[in-house]
Amino acid sequence: MKKIIFILFLSVLSWNSSQALITVDITRGNLDPLPIAVSPLHVDTESEKIPSFETSTLGSEISKIIEKNFKSTGLFNPLKKDSFVQKPDIAHLKPRFEDWRLIKAQALVTGKLLIKNNKLKVEFRLWDLTAAKEMVALSFTTTPNNWRRVAHIISDKIYERLTGESGYFDTRIAYVSETGPKNQRVKKLALMDQDGFNTKYLTLGNELVLTPRFNPTNQLVTYLSYFKNMPRVYLLDIETGIQEVVGNFPGMTFAPRFSPDGKKIIMSFAKDGNSDIYSMDLETRVVEQITKHPSIDTSPSYSPDGKYITFNSDRSGLQQIYVMRSDGTQVKRITHGSGLYGTPVWSPRGDLIAFTKVRKGRFYIGVMRSDGTGERLLTENFYQEAPSWSPNGRVLIFYRETKSDSKGKGFSAKLWSIDITGYNERRLKTETDASDPSWSSLLSK
Amino acid sequence: MKFNKAIKNLFIVLFSTLLISACSTAKKANVDTANDVYTGTDTVEFLAKGVPDRIFFATNKSKLTTASRDTLRKQATWMRKNKDVTVTVEGHADERGTREYNLALGERRANAAKDYLMTYGVSGKRISVISYGKERPVNPASSPLAWSQNRRSVTVKAN
Repeated sequence: MKKIIFILFLSVLSWNSSQALITVDITRGNLDPLPIAVSPLHVDTESEKIPSFETSTLGSEISKIIEKNFKSTGLFNPLKKDSFVQKPDIAHLKPRFEDWRLIKAQALVTGKLLIKNNKLKVEFRLWDLTAAKEMVALSFTTTPNNWRRVAHIISDKIYERLTGESGYFDTRIAYVSETGPKNQRVKKLALMDQDGFNTKYLTLGNELVLTPRFNPTNQLVTYLSYFKNMPRVYLLDIETGIQEVVGNFPGMTFAPRFSPDGKKIIMSFAKDGNSDIYSMDLETRVVEQITKHPSIDTSPSYSPDGKYITFNSDRSGLQQIYVMRSDGTQVKRITHGSGLYGTPVWSPRGDLIAFTKVRKGRFYIGVMRSDGTGERLLTENFYQEAPSWSPNGRVLIFYRETKSDSKGKGFSAKLWSIDITGYNERRLKTETDASDPSWSSLLSK
Repeated sequence: MKFNKAIKNLFIVLFSTLLISACSTAKKANVDTANDVYTGTDTVEFLAKGVPDRIFFATNKSKLTTASRDTLRKQATWMRKNKDVTVTVEGHADERGTREYNLALGERRANAAKDYLMTYGVSGKRISVISYGKERPVNPASSPLAWSQNRRSVTVKAN
C-alpha cells in the first residue's frame, strides 16, 4: 500500500451549520429509505488524459460508487439516473429544486472534478430539495489513482450530514481468503475495500493463517500463522510486507487483538492444556499474564477506553462471556442465557458487546450491553461466528459457513453484514470464499 | 381384482423390506458412537500392528474414555519399546464451535493424550503437541457422525 497523502478538505466552500434539515433516523430498522439523487460528477473539459483509466466517465463512476454505498446501508434509496432533470454541471451550480422534487427526490448530490498536473480535484455539494438549501459543500485534492477513495469519502461526508453519525465507507476489510476442498483448505490473508474492490493477498497460502485484526491506524495486522507448523501470533506491516512473530512463547499463541491505543497485543497462550490471556507491550516486549485459571480463557477484546477486557471462558463448565478490569481483576460473568456464548467484541462506541451464541445446534450473532443485559439476537443460521464492528458501531460483519454433504460438497464460507437493528442483512462479495473478517477504522479521519 | 390385490400385497412386502433395511442402517450409524464419542474404526490408522493412532472425544470435552485410555496404553507400550521414536499429538475439534475456542479445545485434547502417555512411562520430551482446532477435519461432511470422527487427537510419528 502506497503512502496515501490526502490533502483533504483543502477548502471548505461553505458549511451550513444551521439546524439539521433532512435527517435519517438510523436507530431502528428503516423501512422508508430516503430517496436521494446522485448526479454524475461533471468532468471539467480541461481535464488531462490519464493512461490507466477513462477520464470522461470518471464522474459517472464516482457517482455509481456513492449510490452503491448508500444502497448498502438500507437507509437510502438512490434514484435512477434516467429520470434526472438537469445536466450535472448546471445542477451543481444551483439545482432547480422544484424539478428535482417532481421525481420524488428529497436530497441531491452534485459535483465536479478536474485532473490537472496529475492531481485530481473534486468538489461536491449535498442539497436539501425540500428546504431548497445547500447542506454540505466540500472540495479536496488527491492523486487520480485514489478516485475510488474519493467516492467513499464523499459517501462518508453525506452519511455523516444526514444521519448525525460518522460513516464507514472509506474503510477496508482484512479477512482470510479460502480456496480448495473442505479438508484441505488453503488460507491466505487478504485485504479489500469495504465495497469488495481492490483485493490484495498478503500471504501466499503456504501456511495456515487465521483471525487477522487491524491495529487502530490500519497499518498493521495481527494474526495467527502456522509458519513452520508452530501456531504463533504474528504481526504484519501492510505497507512493507514485513512479518514478525510476536507471540513466541513455549506453546501456541492465538486469538490476538490490539489494545485501543495500539501499543499492546492481547492474546491467548495455551500450554499444557490450559489457555490463559496475556498481553504484550509491542515496544518493550514486556509480557503480562492477565488471567490465571485452569480453564480455557480466549477471544479477549478491550473496551474502547482500554479499562476493561471482555473474553470467553469455560470456567463455569461451558463457554460463557466475562468482563474484567484490564489488569485481570474483578472478573465477572455477564452471560446467563441458555446456550453457549463466544467471540465477544466490544463496540467502538463502548456501549455494546457483539457475540456468537450457540443454542440447540443453531448459531446466532447478537449484541448486548457490556453488563450482559439487553441481549438481542440479530441473525440465526447453520453456522456463523466472529462478528467485527464497523467503525461507527452500527454494522457488524461476520462469516457464515454452509452445510456440506457426505463428500464435503456444498461447503462455502462467505462474509455477511447486518445492522445492529437486525435489519439489512447482506452478503459481501469476495473474490474467493472468505472468513474471519476484521473491519478497519476510517482511513481518513 | 385379484391380480391388483396380489400387486398390492407385493408392494406392502417390498415397502416393509425397505423400512426394515432403513432401520438397520440407522442402527448401524448409532453403533458407531456411544455417549457422543465415536467408537468406530473407519478413520483409524495404525502406528504399528495393533496400535491405533487416534482417540475420540465428546462435544466440548477433553475427557478420556475407557477405549481412549486403552488405545493410549497401547501407544505408550509401543513407544517404550521403540525408544528412538518421537511423536506429535495433534488435537482437533469439530466444526460446530467458534474458531478460537476450538483452537484451545484441540490443545486441551492433545494434552490430555500426552499426559496419559506420560503416566505410562513415556518421557514428555518425546511428545510435542499441536492444535488444529476445526481446521483439519478428517471427514468433511456436516453430520453428527462426521463431527464425532473429527473430535479427535491423533498421535503422529515425528521422526
